[in-house]
Amino acid sequence: MRELDLGAELERQLGVCNACRYCEGFCATFGAAQLRAPGGPADYAYLANLCHDCRMCFDACMFTAPHEYAINIPAAMASERARTYERYAVPEMFARAVRTPRFGTIVTVAVCVAAVFLAVALISGPDVLRMALLGPGAFYRVVPYAVMVTAASALVLYGVVCVAMGAHRFARDIGRGEHFVTLRTVGVALHQALALTYLKGGGAGCYDVTRRSSRRRTFHALVFWGVIADLASTTSAAIEQDFLHLLPPYPLWSVPVLLGTLGGIAIAVGAAGLIAVKRASDERPTNGRMIALDYAFLVLLEAVALTGLALLAFRSTAAMGSLLALHLGVVGGAFVTAPYGKFVHFVYRSIALVMNAHEQGPGA
Amino acid sequence: MVVCGGGNAGLCAAIAARRTGATVVLLERAPAYMRGGNTRHTRDIRLAHAEPNAAATGTYAEDELYADLLRVTEGETDEPLARLTIRESATLAGWMAEQGVRWQKPLTGTLHLSRTNGFFLGGGKHLVDTYYDTALRLGVRVVYDATVRALEHESSRVTHVVCVGSTGEHRLACAAVVIAAGGFEADVAWLREYWGDAASRFTIRGTPYNTGLALKALYEAGARPAGDPRGLHCVAVDARAPRFDGGIVTRIDAIPFGIAVNAAGERFYDEGEDLWPKRYAIWGKLIAEQAGQIAYAIFDAKTAGKFIPSAFRPERGDTLAELAARLGLDGTALARTVSAFNDAVRTRGAVELGALDGNATDGLVPPKSNWAQRIDTPPYFGYALRPGVTFTYLGVAVDCDARILRSGGDRFDNAFAAGECMAGNILSRGYLAGFGLTIGSVFGRIAGVQAAQLARA
Repeated sequence: MRELDLGAELERQLGVCNACRYCEGFCATFGAAQLRAPGGPADYAYLANLCHDCRMCFDACMFTAPHEYAINIPAAMASERARTYERYAVPEMFARAVRTPRFGTIVTVAVCVAAVFLAVALISGPDVLRMALLGPGAFYRVVPYAVMVTAASALVLYGVVCVAMGAHRFARDIGRGEHFVTLRTVGVALHQALALTYLKGGGAGCYDVTRRSSRRRTFHALVFWGVIADLASTTSAAIEQDFLHLLPPYPLWSVPVLLGTLGGIAIAVGAAGLIAVKRASDERPTNGRMIALDYAFLVLLEAVALTGLALLAFRSTAAMGSLLALHLGVVGGAFVTAPYGKFVHFVYRSIALVMNAHEQGPGA
Repeated sequence: MVVCGGGNAGLCAAIAARRTGATVVLLERAPAYMRGGNTRHTRDIRLAHAEPNAAATGTYAEDELYADLLRVTEGETDEPLARLTIRESATLAGWMAEQGVRWQKPLTGTLHLSRTNGFFLGGGKHLVDTYYDTALRLGVRVVYDATVRALEHESSRVTHVVCVGSTGEHRLACAAVVIAAGGFEADVAWLREYWGDAASRFTIRGTPYNTGLALKALYEAGARPAGDPRGLHCVAVDARAPRFDGGIVTRIDAIPFGIAVNAAGERFYDEGEDLWPKRYAIWGKLIAEQAGQIAYAIFDAKTAGKFIPSAFRPERGDTLAELAARLGLDGTALARTVSAFNDAVRTRGAVELGALDGNATDGLVPPKSNWAQRIDTPPYFGYALRPGVTFTYLGVAVDCDARILRSGGDRFDNAFAAGECMAGNILSRGYLAGFGLTIGSVFGRIAGVQAAQLARA
C-alpha cells in the first residue's frame, strides 16, 4: 500500500472505530486515536507504535472482511509500523533495508561471519580455528582482546547511535512540540513496557493460536529477559576481567557463564516459541512486511542464542575457534542490522507509551 | 434437545442446558463468521444490583429498573415476566463471568450508563465468541448454516425440528426445543406487510439472517403471538449505511444540534423535544413517515464535532446552497427553512445538550423546544438519514418458565422461547439500552434449564 493510501485507509478505519469504541478496553490505542482524530502522518506513526499487536480488536470486530467496512486495525497498524521503521532509519541510505529484512539480514550476517573468519585467519592464523585451546585467555588467542573490544565497541556504538537518532526524530514528530518526557511519564511507560500491559488484550490475552492466548506474552518475556541476562553476563565478564583480572573462558558456575547460559536458553526457547506461534497464527490481522521483519529478527536471535550455547558446549574442543568466530560474526550482524529491522520496535513503542502516559495525564 | 438460534439467548440456553446435563445441539442460521445474530452488535447489558459489582457502579434497585421499564413501555408490560427478568438480572454479572465474560469500564461517551449497565470487554462479537468457546468446551454440538423450516408437533408436544443445512434437509427428533432465533427485521417482505413500500427503504442495522423463519414455524405450530406486529425499534442512520449489518457506527445523533428537514427541505418535528435516549429512539420512525423515507440533519460549524461521531463524514458546504446541492436538496427551500428557523430562535443561555435548556423557537411550527441556536456559521454540514431498524417487537407469548403459550389457551409441553422472539412480552415498545440482552440472558438460562430437565428425564 502506498504512503498516501495507508494514511487515508487508517483515517477511514479509525473513523469507524471512533464511532464504535467497543475495543477501548483492549488497549490504549483506541482512546489515543479518539484524542487525535482525524490524524496526520505523525499521529498514525504514534498510534501504530502504541499498538502492541495483540490482535484482539480484529477478533472482536464485527466489521472485518467480508463486511464492506473491511476493518483490520492490526494489519493497518503493522503496515504503519513497518513504515515507521523505514522512515526513521538512520542513515537514510540504509532505510531500504527495512523492505528486504530476510535478504538484508542473511547477507549482512554472512558478510560479518566471513569477515570475522578472515580477520582471525589473518591476525591469529588459520590454525586457531581447528585446534583445542584451553585455559585463561583462550578466546583472545582466536581474536586478540584489543581487536575484539575495538570491533565490538564500534558495532555497539553504531547500533546505539543510529537507533537513538531515529528515536529522537520519532519522538520529535509525535510530540507536537510538547515536552512529554518526564519522570512520571517515563515511569508509567517503563512499567507498561516491562509488564507488556498492552499485550494482554485487556486481560483476556492475545488473539493468535486461540483467542485468549498468553503464549506471545510469555515467549516475548523469555526473549526480553534472556537479552537482559546476556547483557548482564557481558557486564559481569567485563568486571571479572578488568577489575578481578580473571581472563575468560570462565568456569561453568561463574556469574558470566551462568547468566549467559540462562539468557541464551531463554532467548532460544522464546524466539523458537514466537516463531511457532507465528506459524500457527491467523495471518489476516498482520501483513507480509511485518511477517518478514518478524521472522528475520527471530531467526537472527535464535542464531545468536544457539551459536552462543554451542560455543559454551564445545569450548574445550577443537571446534572452539570456529564457533567463537561464528558467534561473534552473528552477533556483529545483529548489531549492524538492528537499526533496520524489528529490533527497533521496543524503542518506538516505549516512546509511544511515554507519549500516551503524557496524553492520559496523571489521573489515568 | 435442540436450541434454534446462536445469539446471546440461544447460547445462554445451550450453556445452561449443558450444565444441567442435557445433550444439546445448537442450530445457527448464519455461517460461522457471522454467528451470533444481533448480539454481535451489542456492547452492554442492563443489570439490577444492590451494591457495586464488577460490571456496574453504584446501586440499581429492582424497583428502579422496573420503573424505567414502565416509563419506556408506557406501562404496557407483562408484570410477572418483567419482575422475573429484573430479579434474575441481579445474578447475571456473576454468571456471565463464570462463562468467561470479562467486564470493562464503560466506553467513552457512555458514562450515563455506568450505573445501570455492565459493559463486557470487546463488545458483542467477543461476548458471542466467548460463549461459543464455552459452549463447545462443555460439549454443545454447534451446526452452522442451519435454517429452521418447521416444528413438527403432536398437539402440544414438539417432536422434530425440520432444518435445512449444507447437507440438505434434516428432521431432528428432540425431547425439548428452545427457540431463540431473534425477530424478523431482516425479512423486508414481512416488514412490508405492516409498513407497505416504505419498508423497502429501511436500513436493517443488524444481521441479515434474522428473517423470522423460526417465528413463522412457531406460529404454524400454534404458538400464540405477542407484541405489536408493526412495532420496530428504529433510529436515524446515515443513508450511506449498508443495507444490512451496518451496526452501531452509522447512527446519527446530530439532529438535536441543528434541524431535520424532509425531502422537500421542510422541518417536520420538534428537534428539541426530549433528552437522550428518547430523542435517539424516536427519529427512526419519524423518518419512516416522511416521503421517500429520507430526511436530512442540517447543522453548522458551531456544533460540528460535538456529538458522537459516526463512520462516515458529513457532507459539507461553504454555503447552504452548496450543502443543499451535495445532499440533493432544493437549495431555495432549504434556505427558506433555515432562515425561518433562525428568525424564530430565542436564545436564553448556553446550549446545554445534557438538559432541557429552554433555548427554544418562538412562533415556529413545528417548534424546536430546546437547544435551538441559529444555523449561521459556515461551513454547513448535513447527513442524509434513513430509518435504521434495530429489532422487532413481535414474538410469541411465554410463561415464567419460558414455555411457549398456544393460541388455544394451553401451552407447549416442551417448547421454550428466549430473546428477541419473546422480548415483546416485556419490552412492548420503546427502548431501554441493554435490556434486550437482559431478557435474552435471563430467559435463555431459564429455557435452557427447563428444556434440559425434560430432555434428561
